[in-house]
Amino acid sequence: MSAAPLTTHAASRSERLTHLQRLEAESIHIMRETVAETENPVMLYSIGKDSSVLLHLALKAFAPGRLPFPLMHIDTTWKFREMIAFRDQRAKELGLDLIVHTNQEGLARGIGPISHGSEVHTDVMKTQALRQALDKHKFDAAFGGARRDEEASRAKERIVSLRTAQHRWDPKRQRAEPWHVYNMRKKRGESLRVFPLSNWTELDVWLYIEQERIPIVPLYFAKPRPVVEREGQLIMVDDERLPLEPGEAPKELSVRFRTLGDYPLTGAVESGAATLPEIIGETLAARTSERQGRVIDKDGAGAMERKKQEGYF
Amino acid sequence: MTIHQAPQSFGYDDFLTAHQNKEVLRFITCGSVDDGKSTLIGRLLHDTKQIFDDQVTALQRDSRKHGTQGAEIDLALLVDGLQAEREQGITIDVAYRFFSTDKRSFIVADTPGHEQYTRNMATGASTADVAVILVDARQGLTRQTRRHALLVSLLGIRRIALAVNKMDLVGWSETRFEELLAAFDAFAAPLGFTEVRAIPLSAKNGDNVVLPGAAAPWYTGTPLLQYLEEVPVRVEEQAAPFRMAVQWVNRPNSEFRGFAGLIASGRVAPGDAVIVEPSGRTSKIARIFTADGDLPHAVEGQSVTLVLADEIDASRGSVIVTAEAPMRVTDSIDARLFWAAETDLMPGATLLAKIGTVTVNAVVSSIRTRIDPETGKAEPAARLTANDIADVTLTLDRAVAVDAYTANRDTGGFILIDRETTDTAALGLIHADASATPARDEPAEVREKRSGGGFLSKLRWVFGGI
Repeated sequence: MSAAPLTTHAASRSERLTHLQRLEAESIHIMRETVAETENPVMLYSIGKDSSVLLHLALKAFAPGRLPFPLMHIDTTWKFREMIAFRDQRAKELGLDLIVHTNQEGLARGIGPISHGSEVHTDVMKTQALRQALDKHKFDAAFGGARRDEEASRAKERIVSLRTAQHRWDPKRQRAEPWHVYNMRKKRGESLRVFPLSNWTELDVWLYIEQERIPIVPLYFAKPRPVVEREGQLIMVDDERLPLEPGEAPKELSVRFRTLGDYPLTGAVESGAATLPEIIGETLAARTSERQGRVIDKDGAGAMERKKQEGYF
Repeated sequence: MTIHQAPQSFGYDDFLTAHQNKEVLRFITCGSVDDGKSTLIGRLLHDTKQIFDDQVTALQRDSRKHGTQGAEIDLALLVDGLQAEREQGITIDVAYRFFSTDKRSFIVADTPGHEQYTRNMATGASTADVAVILVDARQGLTRQTRRHALLVSLLGIRRIALAVNKMDLVGWSETRFEELLAAFDAFAAPLGFTEVRAIPLSAKNGDNVVLPGAAAPWYTGTPLLQYLEEVPVRVEEQAAPFRMAVQWVNRPNSEFRGFAGLIASGRVAPGDAVIVEPSGRTSKIARIFTADGDLPHAVEGQSVTLVLADEIDASRGSVIVTAEAPMRVTDSIDARLFWAAETDLMPGATLLAKIGTVTVNAVVSSIRTRIDPETGKAEPAARLTANDIADVTLTLDRAVAVDAYTANRDTGGFILIDRETTDTAALGLIHADASATPARDEPAEVREKRSGGGFLSKLRWVFGGI
């Protein structure tokens, strides 16, 4: 049936690509498509390990040229101090065009995770802040490091996800996304969220970080840190804003973080894993999923699906 | 800043090597609403230890609220991600799941069985190497089974596993299993599968999913997981002629001009003679640039940046192909459409066609035949409604380079985009040489209608010079 001649070259067994090579190639393809088809893309940079992988892939995708888009960090002002130090150092080393945006109106109102709870804080300082920043800079596409293995509603999101002018996600109006063909068309005011790491798992991310020697925030490696227990989670006392009970003193425990976010909302795990091979070993043996350390996923059933519909990344 | 300890000092050497060198298999699961598809995926995840303690806790809580398995854990809830799905107990959208063994990583597209979500199933099938088709041993082959088998064959999947589920409910009857097998063979014979592997199993109990089941001593084949670990992957893509659609021209300075893209098929090496389609200009590969250094050759599935020996014109939308096998360059294509929009499609409609990295205007010059989704038979049709599958002829506002979908899924597949809503209106599969050979089973009146295409040239001026 085929019009084209059959076999020209048959790849030998040794030329088979590995899982990580295919994931890398797919992510690079997605980034290039986005840059070619949108006016003003931006990479959302959360400083975590997934963002580190995303940045590494972007540098590869456009080499030997420079990154054709800026990075943007939505700073809630509650990130771990080591995250901010890492962000600034990487930006300097790589000569990145980095935008840092904070919801000034929320800041002025004193919104925070401790005083207002995770739901209000996340909505104002993350979701609304992101919408403000995207509108302010008129970005029509934003790369994010979200993966489908993280959470049930993310498993059903497309790689290229359309958002309304109000930044809402409509899970019932998702576009078919066959082969490697992405529909990047949108109406005026609408924008795209693009997830090049959609098909990566937590283990893939660690294996790739190891393989490629990608720098990550030291908080991912176990070391003794001051922690207190809050609602079953180990919370690191990163600064004086975390209130202690009368007479309470933080415990020094050997802990590491599987995900990073706002420190009062990010649970640590007790661990002795101080190297990547040890972390990978623990990841394989892990009995809890990485999002367990995230307080915001537990704001009720379907919490993430609802947040996404409201414009959370 | 990163602590990169040498793996051997930790004893993870072999382990890391094994995991970093695994292959990936993409497969799709299809089945009717109650065939136990979500349960099967839940079982694969559970028995390969991909499910974590906190997910089990959440599962127990959700099983009490939404479960359909009485007091037991409902594994299906692991994969029904959207609130609406949990409330209705059905799968609406394609969901992607991931698990791995020592041998392979797996990406599973879990797709809904309902007719109205054909587009989602087509999406899942478009990148799958293998399809797992579920059949309820009690129900036997249903309309849905036939539709799914036909769909996956249309979308170019050549290897399928027929998972005969709920065997425990028919007492692991070998006779029943053989009966279903014979029925499937009779139906699937014309569908062109390279291999159909039938496996009797019970997703609920786990027999023959990950581990062999003791309940059916007569079955001497492998459990489903072992089949998935061993089935050949991407053989056709590797053997096909070299094709790479140019995504982006990388030109950081006057010294470097590279064409970036994902290799859709075949293999390429410096010195290879290539053609840049659709212009037909020829050149040779000078370098295969990657951020990790130049490559001595590259294969299907790699993202690379090609540098050509000559300063020839190529840009986004061009396809770089081996000189040994040029592509068909045409402004008229016969294609099979999976119509996904809610609005009807009529002849004369203008849409955008995105083929690889090129987007052109396309007019539906004729709707030739609709395909019966159960029998695969063609019937005349004047218009298409949501979820129809049909053969149409499209006239494009400029010539593009294409392959037949049966020869190459990436260079033979495309999407149609509604210009007003910007939604993806259809998936399209390009037929082998369009104009020359009308379908044998095409009714005479349809053929007649098709020949009257004179209005097209009048429509063309509408495009202006786009």
